[in-house]
Amino acid sequence: MILVIAARELRGLFLSPLAWTLLAMTQGLLAWIFLILIDEFRGLEGRLVGLDPMPGVTDLVIAPLLRVAAWALLLLTPLLTMRLFSEERRVGTLDLLLSAPVTPSEIVLGKYLGVLTFLLGTVALIALMPLSLAIGATLDFGKLGAGLLGLSLLAASFAAAGLYLSTLTAQPAVAATATFGLLLTFWIVDLAGAGQGAVSPIFNYLALPRHLDALLLGWVQSADVAYYLLFSAAFLGLAIRRLDNIRLQG
Amino acid sequence: MEESRSHDTARRKRTLVKNAALMTDEILVQVEGLTRSYGEVRVVDAVEFTLFRGQILGFLGPNGAGKSTTMRLVAGVLAPDSGRITINGVDLLDEPLRAKQSIGYLPEQPPLYRELTVDEQLSYSARLHGLSRAASRQAMARIKQRCGLAAVGRRLIGNLSKGYRQRVGIAQALLHDPPVIVLDEPTVGLDPIQLREIRDLIRELGQDHGVILSTHLLSEVQATCTHVQIMRDGRLVYAGALAELEQHQQSTSLRIGLQAPPPVALLRALPAVEQVEDLGQGRFRLHHIAAAAPTQAVLEQARMGGWELWELTPEHAGLESIFIELALEREVKR
Repeated sequence: MILVIAARELRGLFLSPLAWTLLAMTQGLLAWIFLILIDEFRGLEGRLVGLDPMPGVTDLVIAPLLRVAAWALLLLTPLLTMRLFSEERRVGTLDLLLSAPVTPSEIVLGKYLGVLTFLLGTVALIALMPLSLAIGATLDFGKLGAGLLGLSLLAASFAAAGLYLSTLTAQPAVAATATFGLLLTFWIVDLAGAGQGAVSPIFNYLALPRHLDALLLGWVQSADVAYYLLFSAAFLGLAIRRLDNIRLQG
Repeated sequence: MEESRSHDTARRKRTLVKNAALMTDEILVQVEGLTRSYGEVRVVDAVEFTLFRGQILGFLGPNGAGKSTTMRLVAGVLAPDSGRITINGVDLLDEPLRAKQSIGYLPEQPPLYRELTVDEQLSYSARLHGLSRAASRQAMARIKQRCGLAAVGRRLIGNLSKGYRQRVGIAQALLHDPPVIVLDEPTVGLDPIQLREIRDLIRELGQDHGVILSTHLLSEVQATCTHVQIMRDGRLVYAGALAELEQHQQSTSLRIGLQAPPPVALLRALPAVEQVEDLGQGRFRLHHIAAAAPTQAVLEQARMGGWELWELTPEHAGLESIFIELALEREVKR
């Protein structure tokens, strides 16, 4: 049942010009930045010899590229998730799901899986750029893999937050704005941790990009992976509760 | 128009007789003490009814009477504050998944994705209701034939006319062959031809399913339903079989028009006449006892007395009068 809902969701995304536009924009922007990074790297190449450890193309091109890709996902995800529930509520198609013999969890997970598949596809397309370097250079596939894992986990977290916020309103634009605001807050919350207070570690821990940094350095820690998984699970749980509430409150 | 209506009535009578023959004691929907409020406003108040297989139950009432909310509650889209709903023997609140399997629901706004084609929409809905791929293909072919959608399978729903969308919505509610069909205002926005087609379809469905539909149109109920429930301010104010109602409400008055009217006392003296109402310009309304209409007497007297009769109409006080009475009662209360 989850797969049926996910398949329709994915199909709906590809039937709308919005998803295609977002995909094209992301690819275009990242390709431009990719070229600039390679150009810079070629300028630096001579001076790197003798440094220990010597930074390679993976550190100087791929990690920064993925960092920019994370920003791109931050901008793109709210626009993808905004319609998940709010559009269905606005048009009235949610009644079909609510009157069908499926549980709220199945509805939420189905929709999440649909949009997540799209986002993972986007990450896969982004991954093609660094992979193309393998033709002429030696890549650290471990670091690249860790970086892509981080990007995927980040996308999963963004999608879960966006999905929850779209259950709160029948206006897609409101859902998108709220998602963007929420994600940005989690993105910059560690600015508060820059001070020397006792709470700083908490803010540092809560910030979304902190956990990506380690992964981009090729450092896969279960704590970071767990952070993203918990973040996603929390918002999915909230969304399921909210869907139950829609039935209770009308 | 008059002709088509009488044609409709005749057809309805035929199916009614058929329905009566098929009607079983199998209870499909049992609703007890159903109550639901939005904030302070009690929209549905202690509603109770029972639906048997072979019945078409019409919920009738002015706008805002709580019909749609009742439909949503029965379909499980909305949770009641209190009360019990049993669908085909399964409690909707305790076992929602199993109960919902037995319901086909068409909301006021057909829940259709504009960007999908009719086939895609129907197959999605079928799969959502647990049909296998092969079973959904079969069901789709059958339902599309039945609802007249065979030619538009590959069209986008966004490009279809309102009438066709309504049909897709109904088809979607029937796909998994549920014993209970809940239709919220199924004929809104249809043209007269589509209207007749959909009504025929509903009557046909009523033969082997239990159908609940809501409407604010009397003609709708008279054309399709076997039973009627009238709602006002969230309460049921009348419930009964339509045939029963019609028997009670056989013509009890006769409207006549006379070129040369006699004194009223003469009309009053006609057999079975209880009261005479002067409507002016030679028109009279003769109220008579229900069992015997004084039609023959009027004709005879008019000929003999030279009254020059030019109109003779038996007047039916049908559902309409009950409905208006109830609606007026509300006005008075306010």
